Amino acid sequence: MFAFCADPDTLETARWFACYLTTGKHMVFYSSFGTVLLLLAITAPTALAFGFLGAMAARGPAPLSWIGKTYIAIVRGIPDIAFFLFFVIALDQGFEWIRHQILCPDWEQPIRQGNDFVVCSAAKLPLSSSPQWVHEVYGFLIAVLTFAIVFGAFAANVLYGAMRAVPQAQIETAQAYGMTPRQTFWRILVPQMWVYALSGLGNLWMVLIKATPLLFLLGVEDIVYWARELGGAKTPRFTDYPHGDWRLWYFLFLLVFYLAFTKISEAALERLMARLTHGQAFGARATS
Amino acid sequence: MTCLETIQAYGLRSLGIGERLLPRDDFTLCEQFTLIGSGLIWNIYFGLIALAAGFILATALALGKESRLPPIRALCRGIILLFRGSPLFIQFFLAYFIFLRLRQAGIGPDWLTNAWAGAAIVLFLNTAAYSAEIFHGALRTIPRGEIEAADAYGFTGLKRFTRIVWPTMLRLAWPAYINEAIFLFHATTLVFFSGFPALQQRGDALYYARYFADKTFNPFVPYPILAGYFVLLTLTIITLMGLVNRRLNRHLPQAPKRPRMMGQILR
Repeated sequence: MFAFCADPDTLETARWFACYLTTGKHMVFYSSFGTVLLLLAITAPTALAFGFLGAMAARGPAPLSWIGKTYIAIVRGIPDIAFFLFFVIALDQGFEWIRHQILCPDWEQPIRQGNDFVVCSAAKLPLSSSPQWVHEVYGFLIAVLTFAIVFGAFAANVLYGAMRAVPQAQIETAQAYGMTPRQTFWRILVPQMWVYALSGLGNLWMVLIKATPLLFLLGVEDIVYWARELGGAKTPRFTDYPHGDWRLWYFLFLLVFYLAFTKISEAALERLMARLTHGQAFGARATS
Repeated sequence: MTCLETIQAYGLRSLGIGERLLPRDDFTLCEQFTLIGSGLIWNIYFGLIALAAGFILATALALGKESRLPPIRALCRGIILLFRGSPLFIQFFLAYFIFLRLRQAGIGPDWLTNAWAGAAIVLFLNTAAYSAEIFHGALRTIPRGEIEAADAYGFTGLKRFTRIVWPTMLRLAWPAYINEAIFLFHATTLVFFSGFPALQQRGDALYYARYFADKTFNPFVPYPILAGYFVLLTLTIITLMGLVNRRLNRHLPQAPKRPRMMGQILR
């Protein structure tokens, strides 16, 4: 990065650190914070959409409501990490299986051969000939989808509760005005439920932030991956910047990052809540 | 090997009792059920230890947050913020490296870097912080009338706390606390995926589920087995905690609603 970094051995401590912290790998580490933020930015609206569909299904007629309610109840019964690990492989194999059925209809052999999952090479996702960045983007998208499915279930729970919290009198009034169920849902229920959902969704946002390190388990090279990688002991043989086991300091940095992030989010959510419930009879409900 | 023999060989595998070598190929359903169930022992162990110890610390932290002494207040707020504001995953890593440093410096005991002690400490502090926030919220919503009644009856100090404040606090906090307990048991699955190593492949339920999923490249068998075990565990927690809930509310005119599988998710 800097010109004086050419020979690290001659540097005094402050300048050594200036050079050390601007190595190429550290730049990747810094940009992986962007990966985390990008994941949050994509996942939050997607999960909300999944949650909305889930809550709608749970309110629907019998067979549909079973699906919706199972979707909601499942996150309370099963650890989210199990879901993450499951969906990453399951989604990947599911996509490949569908492509396999479409692209290679005259394939004879079974797909599961012992401990292998074999599809024709045209059905591989991403194609084995595609460049590295396609593989990375695909991995990231699978992770986003996984997050959205799991957190969609959490969101469905919140929205389902919020829909039931809308006063019954409002619904009855709508019916008295001759609105169809569809109109009642979209014009009365949905606009009014958000205030009831807000504290739950705020809570969910905090849970989502704190779940982002799990990206590491999904095989994405995120901040945890790089903190482990860069923090591990380095010998002079392999790098110009040898150091001992610094993982403690790297993870301390991650801890500070997350503390700051959640603290800022909390303050922002509190202001949003105060603004949206301004003049309404909800009182100052605690968000935490 | 018959299924009974498999259970005998692997039933306590996660504790290091029985067969050392894990099955390598031709996994039977029985082996998967047995080993994942064997790993569940660890989840229950971590959950129970953290829940029991965390309950005590949580009460202390919740009271400390209302303390008249500023340093105690600041300390309690700090602990709660630290453990609620950061991911458990990062906390595990950080704690492991700190314990490792302590061991290398010769200060801390060896067993701190082992999951059974180190991870239990992290989980204990984590759940204590979350529960403290729940208890603190309940503490602030105790009806004034009850405190005034206690004063009128001449209750003071410890007696007022153990007879009036604490039972009411628990009663108000309990539904949210059931959630916390469920999440705690779910969080125990993170232990062997963070810094803490699974010595001699003695892992928890998720560890074995992942072992099978990696070996067979088929997630559709081990993870549903794990899910089944956890649904049972969650239902057990809801039932047991629901019994406590009933006892806490026994003086109230109408029976409170039983906590259900689809409750409010708060964390």
